Amino acid sequence: MLRQVASRGLAVLRGAAASQRTCAARVFSSSSSDLHEQIRRLGPLSREYSTALNLHRNTTDNNPEVPFEFTQANLERVKEVLSHYPKNYKQSGIIPLLDLAQQQNGGWLSISSMNKIAEIVGVAPIRVYEVATFYSMFNRQKVGTYHLLVCGTTPCMLRGSRDIEAALLKHLGVDRNEVTADGKFSVGEMECMGCCVNAPMIVVADYSNGVEGFTYNYFEDLTPERVVEIVEAYRKGEKPKHGTQNPERLNCGPAGGLTTLLGEPKPPPCRDLSAC
Amino acid sequence: MAPRCRRYPLPLPRSSTGSGSRRFSFSPVDSSSAAESGVAGSTSRALHSGVAWYAGIRGKFYEGKQSSDFYKWGSGLSLGGVRHARVASMAAVGAKFEAKPEDCIEVSVDGKDVTIAKGMTVLQACEVAGVDIPRFCYHPRLSIAGNCRMCLVEVEKTPKPVASCAMPALPGMKIKTTTPLVKKAREGVMEFLLINHPLDCPICDQGGECDLQDQSMVYGSDRGRFIEAKRSVVDKNLGPLVKTVMTRCIQCTRCVRFASEIAGVQDLGVLGRGGAEEIGTYVERLMVSELSGNVIDICPVGALTAKPSAFTARSWELKSTESIDVSDAIGANIRIDSRGPEVMRILPRLNEEVNEEWISDKARFAYDGLKRQRLNEPLIRSADGQLEPVSWARALKTVAEAALKVNPDQMAAIAGKLSDAEAMMALKDLMNRLGCERLWVEGNGEDTVADLRSNYLVNSTIAGLENTDACLLVGTELRIEAPLLNHRLRKAVRNLRAKVGVVGPETELHFKAEHLGNNAEVLASIAEGKHPFAQTLSKAKFPSIVVGSGVLQRSDKEAVLAAVQTISQNANVIRDDWNGYNFVLLNAAQAAGLDLGFVPGSRATVGDKSSIKFLYLLGADDLTPEDIPVDAFVVYQGHHGDRSAYRADVILPGVAYSEKEGTFENTEGRTQQTSPAVPTVGDARDDWKIIRALSELAGVKLPYDTLNGVRARMLAVAPNLFRVDELEPATPLPKESLPEVKAKLESSPFKRAIENFYMTDPISRASKTMAQSTAAFSRS
Ligand code: SF4
Ligand code: FES
Ligand code: FES
Repeated sequence: MLRQVASRGLAVLRGAAASQRTCAARVFSSSSSDLHEQIRRLGPLSREYSTALNLHRNTTDNNPEVPFEFTQANLERVKEVLSHYPKNYKQSGIIPLLDLAQQQNGGWLSISSMNKIAEIVGVAPIRVYEVATFYSMFNRQKVGTYHLLVCGTTPCMLRGSRDIEAALLKHLGVDRNEVTADGKFSVGEMECMGCCVNAPMIVVADYSNGVEGFTYNYFEDLTPERVVEIVEAYRKGEKPKHGTQNPERLNCGPAGGLTTLLGEPKPPPCRDLSAC
Repeated sequence: MAPRCRRYPLPLPRSSTGSGSRRFSFSPVDSSSAAESGVAGSTSRALHSGVAWYAGIRGKFYEGKQSSDFYKWGSGLSLGGVRHARVASMAAVGAKFEAKPEDCIEVSVDGKDVTIAKGMTVLQACEVAGVDIPRFCYHPRLSIAGNCRMCLVEVEKTPKPVASCAMPALPGMKIKTTTPLVKKAREGVMEFLLINHPLDCPICDQGGECDLQDQSMVYGSDRGRFIEAKRSVVDKNLGPLVKTVMTRCIQCTRCVRFASEIAGVQDLGVLGRGGAEEIGTYVERLMVSELSGNVIDICPVGALTAKPSAFTARSWELKSTESIDVSDAIGANIRIDSRGPEVMRILPRLNEEVNEEWISDKARFAYDGLKRQRLNEPLIRSADGQLEPVSWARALKTVAEAALKVNPDQMAAIAGKLSDAEAMMALKDLMNRLGCERLWVEGNGEDTVADLRSNYLVNSTIAGLENTDACLLVGTELRIEAPLLNHRLRKAVRNLRAKVGVVGPETELHFKAEHLGNNAEVLASIAEGKHPFAQTLSKAKFPSIVVGSGVLQRSDKEAVLAAVQTISQNANVIRDDWNGYNFVLLNAAQAAGLDLGFVPGSRATVGDKSSIKFLYLLGADDLTPEDIPVDAFVVYQGHHGDRSAYRADVILPGVAYSEKEGTFENTEGRTQQTSPAVPTVGDARDDWKIIRALSELAGVKLPYDTLNGVRARMLAVAPNLFRVDELEPATPLPKESLPEVKAKLESSPFKRAIENFYMTDPISRASKTMAQSTAAFSRS
């Protein structure tokens, strides 16, 4: 729903944006066919950001009235987290506490959980909202039992992450940051997760076993077909093998076995220390 | 000769409450000299806030001249680990800073050597050298964020341009601001800033006074290369005063820092990141602060503008008049911007000693009340009870006749909250000549004695309150009664960790304060030294007490004031070098009224109002119609058809502060004058002139015909009212001469002096904006 509103807003903007572009483009191109070519190449006119909406709207399951308390076990962990920081810098614990709250809350942070953390570390709630909105790993809307995060950063994008996302969205019949009707799956975007060598990749945040059994696994070297298979495996309650999906590869080694470094590597040439 | 420089007040450690998860952090630049210069221990610790940028440090400082004995300076430096050092004008304390060459360093800016204080930033060094550095996020009164990058300069031997606002200047640094690298860096930053900026200057209220517009003209490139779609940001609802167009925001975070550091409301934040970053409150929430309008001034672009004056005027078509605010007793310095006969907006003027560069929302936005409900012709109540327009001559004659018919004992005159000293002088003279001594100023109470000036002023001075390290608030809701004084106290709490105790109604003050209770017993126990806060006060180096003038409305006010005196003696609040006894007045007219002796004379009957047969109201509206005897003849002289005008028998239209030249004294005893910004309305006349004309008809002609004549008369009565823009400190009373007080403390709680901050006087009561603010922000 929010998304629809947002995209409607963007449609209105499009007019203004287009005239902006016309002016700017005029600087660079001499003929009008050039101009049209340029505009065509611009691709989608709206900009999408990996962070979801930066504001909170009360809903029945997410409003300040809905209570949130850390479980007894987690309260211990809260103490443990806070013990890492000096007493007057309790707010340093915001990130680990948000993470804890997110796990406890089934993968997303309700407004009351953020308020609770603000109370624990003794800052104004807005300071916690600032942190939570900054990191795209914190979900401020409900997510599915399996939250699928598609890496959208340059290397993955070049290797086809947009197709991966499109396949996922089409298969699940949802929009980005939307949960399927059965509450099982949701898709989000994430920035580079340091796995570019096996791009494109997604990560699956798996809340099916609660806080204790929470897993956060990478699936690499994906194709649009393979990613759908993974989803289906999860749907059946299986735990598909994570890591690279290219059978020819071992971890992030080259496909088809090593091509270099086949023998014992030579030690680095050392200075003759005794000579000095 | 060694370079001369005045002692640099040292940075104090940052408190942990500082907000901001994304801020640069430096270790203190110079911790060794902190101990050496003994900042914390010296009586003169105090000291100036970040005025370097404004107060003309440029030139003055590096030439080593002292413009006045009390001219002190400091840097508005506040790096991550270093916080603003403060200097207040300590006229009463008389602290002086001597040159200390070892606290100075030399740097070169564009080949020119300048001597600056240790701990200043590169940007401040450039200021000293007279070189302008473009900036957006840096603001001398806020902490340093270093996030706009507009202030990039080149420093020799550094590989990259450095953000000068966040970089401490080091000895021998060679700073360059005119190199091609700097030019390119500025153009690049500007191009990035404009990527997401809508460039809608023609429909933007900031147009013509926009930092982004100006700086892109000077430092930007003449074309951009961005041809993608711009982003748009949802506007936020901050209430009826601040309008937001968030797509224009450049994320300088000044407003966020202002809200949390100055206003003390932790509502605004930076949400999201990268291209999606935006300023907001995350949850639906208004910005509730008496100082919220100031974010409009500090926002360098048109993202935050004034809602009431949206789309009404362009900055270049306005005429600016420097004046004084009268909505409270602080006397904030303002600039009235007008077009033709209309006040279009009100902005603050810089005055370090009074309002710095802030004003309250009431001062800023109540001006639309000046256009409503104005009295513009003399009116007389006819036999059928209707008010009918008449000529001045007839109106004055009616008043004179009525006055002469009444026994002087049955007359009374009340000066309203907004009365200027000239009008009060004339009215006092007139009433005295008629034999009446029953006079008072609204808010001062009907039986106040004005013998001791130090008893009714903020003796620490407004700026001096920043230096207190323990403060007792008695019967005052400081945030509502005097938001700017509350801000000074807030600074003391933030910077010096001052302890604040409150005896009186419980209010959110936006800083940490201990509510000790709301009854006189607590006060008595502090006075007897039994209460722990008594120890806090006596241990403090600069203890202070702030008494609200709501206390004057209590029947046991003498006992309360006596208890406060005892506390102040026990804690040594009044010393030769420090006077922390502060009495906060509520209204602009009060201090001058007391100085002029606009108080009941010794022969006046006090209290019972039923004997009044002739009542002269000079814009006074606090009496309810029931208070005024049915058979009394009521003259209402004022500019608004406010409450009391309905009861008046004769209405004499006066002028509002925006239309006259009037003298006002603020709550610390500083005399200031308003200047006429717009013409008077209709047939209205200057207040003192009306009274002067009346005196002639009543046969007691006052001996002055010109404004200077009235002022000469004021000079005779209260010489300080003649010395404009000067603070006249009160001489504290020697302790022995305190009068013996027999009255007993009563147990009733202290009442709120102001129920609704937004509507306190005839102008703000007539203002639509203030009515909207009341609806949006009023406390439950
Ligand atoms: S709204 Fe204005 S002051 Fe606030 S961050 Fe944006 S540009 Fe800066
Ligand atoms: S770009 Fe996808 S993991 Fe780095
Ligand atoms: S002014 Fe220095 S980074 Fe903004």
